[in-house]
Amino acid sequence: MNTGAATIADRSNGAAGRPHGENYLNCASGWRSWLFTLDHKRIGVMYLAAILFSFFLGGIFALLVRTELISPGHTIMDADSYNRAFTLHGAIMTFLFIIPGIPAALGNFVLPLLLGAKDVALPRLNLASFHIYAIGAVMAVAAILLGGVDTGWTFYTPYSTTTSGQVVMVTLAVFVLGFSSIFTGINFIVTIHKMRPAGMGWFRMPLMLWALYATAIIQVLATPVLAITVLLLVAERVLGIGVFDPALGGDPVLFQHFFWFYSHPAVYIMILPAMGVISELISTHSRKTIFGYRAIAYSSIAIAVFSFLVWGHHMFVSGQSPLATVIFSALTFSVSIPSAVKVFNWLATMYKGAIKLETPMVYALSFIFLFGIGGLTGLFLATLATDVHLHDSYFVVAHFHYTMMGGVVIAFLAGIFHWWPKMFGRLFSQKWGNIGAVLVFAGFNLTFFSQFVMGSKGMPRRYYSYPPEFEIYHQLSTYGSYLLAVGLFVAAGVLLHSLLAGRRAPANPWGSATLEWQAASPPSHHNFDGPVILTDPYDYSGLVWDAEEQGFVRTAHEEVVR
Amino acid sequence: MASVAANPRYEGKHHLAHHFDTRRQQFDSHKLAMWLFLVTEVLMFGGLFCAYTIYRASHPEIFLFAHTLLDKNLGAVNTIVLLFSSFTMAWAVRAAMLGERRRLSALLAITLLCGFGFLGIKAVEYNHKWQHGFLWGQHFAYAELQDYLAGHGTDAATGPAPDPAADAHAAAVMAELDLAAAVTVAHGHDPALIPRNVHIFFGIYFVMTGLHGIHVLAGMIVIGWLLRRSLRGDFGTRNYTAVDLGGLYWHLVDLIWIFLFPLLYLIH
Repeated sequence: MNTGAATIADRSNGAAGRPHGENYLNCASGWRSWLFTLDHKRIGVMYLAAILFSFFLGGIFALLVRTELISPGHTIMDADSYNRAFTLHGAIMTFLFIIPGIPAALGNFVLPLLLGAKDVALPRLNLASFHIYAIGAVMAVAAILLGGVDTGWTFYTPYSTTTSGQVVMVTLAVFVLGFSSIFTGINFIVTIHKMRPAGMGWFRMPLMLWALYATAIIQVLATPVLAITVLLLVAERVLGIGVFDPALGGDPVLFQHFFWFYSHPAVYIMILPAMGVISELISTHSRKTIFGYRAIAYSSIAIAVFSFLVWGHHMFVSGQSPLATVIFSALTFSVSIPSAVKVFNWLATMYKGAIKLETPMVYALSFIFLFGIGGLTGLFLATLATDVHLHDSYFVVAHFHYTMMGGVVIAFLAGIFHWWPKMFGRLFSQKWGNIGAVLVFAGFNLTFFSQFVMGSKGMPRRYYSYPPEFEIYHQLSTYGSYLLAVGLFVAAGVLLHSLLAGRRAPANPWGSATLEWQAASPPSHHNFDGPVILTDPYDYSGLVWDAEEQGFVRTAHEEVVR
Repeated sequence: MASVAANPRYEGKHHLAHHFDTRRQQFDSHKLAMWLFLVTEVLMFGGLFCAYTIYRASHPEIFLFAHTLLDKNLGAVNTIVLLFSSFTMAWAVRAAMLGERRRLSALLAITLLCGFGFLGIKAVEYNHKWQHGFLWGQHFAYAELQDYLAGHGTDAATGPAPDPAADAHAAAVMAELDLAAAVTVAHGHDPALIPRNVHIFFGIYFVMTGLHGIHVLAGMIVIGWLLRRSLRGDFGTRNYTAVDLGGLYWHLVDLIWIFLFPLLYLIH
């Protein structure tokens, strides 16, 4: 017996005597017990609800935009409303949904459990992060109700400093949401540094933790730059300081540099935790040890580092110097190396594995396919000569959505389905779950592959109207978005049905070896009832199916010996 | 010092949160979190330092000219005030570690007073700029600047005294930039020749010192809160984390000013 397991066992005392059936969901009641809870699981669940609501809201705007574009000219709204609709779609999806999505909702829930800990290191900061998120969300929604914004989610100057609308309110909402993101990031770094149990060295951590750690580093290092950028934008609009205003000797391209110094790393804030989720899922649902553990772990850190060095590729046609564009182009290519390392390792993990097409795995497979397309089309955009043609076309929109929606959102859904039994103690219908996943996959490809085609033929992004030869692609894209919406509603229905009528989940329905599955489903208030046994997170040899339990149980566990 | 054990308030305030194994782990976690927060502060100001660098590199003449409109002496006094407050803050942390309650409260009070002193001097400076219309962007009053410079030659009391050495240096730099004509302006001989876009300097000046001032204010709120807790007897040899972390924040606020002062006031 090593000291590690003994230490963890000491942590989980006291809860063994809890009443039967009591868990974190029902251990206290009343809205105060939720709104002011310090329990990372409840905070995670509240984040999940808020984030899914934002996803719904952003999705409504997406469907409005797609419906407007089904025919050239006026379809359901005028051009100004259209500008506001795509701006709100982008701003809500980016700042309210996809940035906090995996880290704040799933990460909050699973991070301490993956460590065998009782909570994150700073529970009050965690709650503050959620409250600040809620304030930012309210500000964003208020801005929508007060007239919205039409700048696009990037708020480029000088348009953003001269247009009417609620630019100040929305950018201040972004500022506030940034604080929420920073607090989550600080909390995760501290938790991973200080709360790892004895015996869990850095290279004994599940890869999800590596991914969340890399994400948190970017959150802490990049978000403050966005904060100062939006503050300068507000000062420009309200006070007229002139830093970004060419009429006053300022430089509008400086805004783009500042903005993308945050917002490019931000896409890795989105994708890195998604990659962490996929690393866990592929191994678990193939029942095979992860291939290339260290390569995947290091590639997360490599992506975090590279993410800070490529922002200039957003300004290839903004008058950046030729030398800078060449350097940024080369650096952008280099990001594909750690990304490809991950993809090849996932494929190698599945090779000769016992793959089971459970719903999380169906989403994970669809992630690999879609992220592969999204990543490879990024190379077209990193290449200077092709980017001049493709820049600001639908090709960019499609590339972005293949990585962000096909990548991050699909992984988010995969993670929700994977941890759903742990979060709420209920199993869902695998059949309908898979039907939803297939519909999402088909609808997604129909929506965005047609955008690759029209983009390469020269259809510019954000335009309200277009020549008739693009109509067929826009129609395919719009019908695809409806199919995608149907798929997402099926997925939501499956999860809601499981809450109401799902079978009780066993502690370990998938046969995963990470620590959270040693807790009950759902876990008790203090997470673990008995001693936590520290094992290799990807060693499935000791886990066997137990017909009575209807889940996996550990027979002869091999404790990690350092 | 008063008996630590006799104070029930103190006894209740140094507990170990349920999710930590040891007090050491708890302290280290809080300290690491504070350092990470300071990293975010550095990066936020880093954006402004970056903007400063870009505009200073592309428009050196603006900075050379405009900084003479700032009051070096008040800036230097403020630097000393903040440095002294950092000293008292560091001493306060030491006092907290040693359990010297009264000394801790006294030192926190002095630090807080220094904060008020800094903001007071800053207010005097801002007021001077405001009255002369030396403001940011579109609000900069060029007409007033010409009057100010014209008056400046005859009445040395209204502004900083001309420095012949700095003047010669500025002339050399500006000659290199083909802005020789503008140099005479610095001391009011020809108000018609002022470098273009002087307001850029003041935009950066007000944003940087303004954001710094907000941080000073935030630090003073923290120190005021620490002082209140200290007077209540919350701190002692086993519970000084809050003082330590508040001190770290105050030192950062000080440190940023140490960079702002030479970059804005001491250009040549």
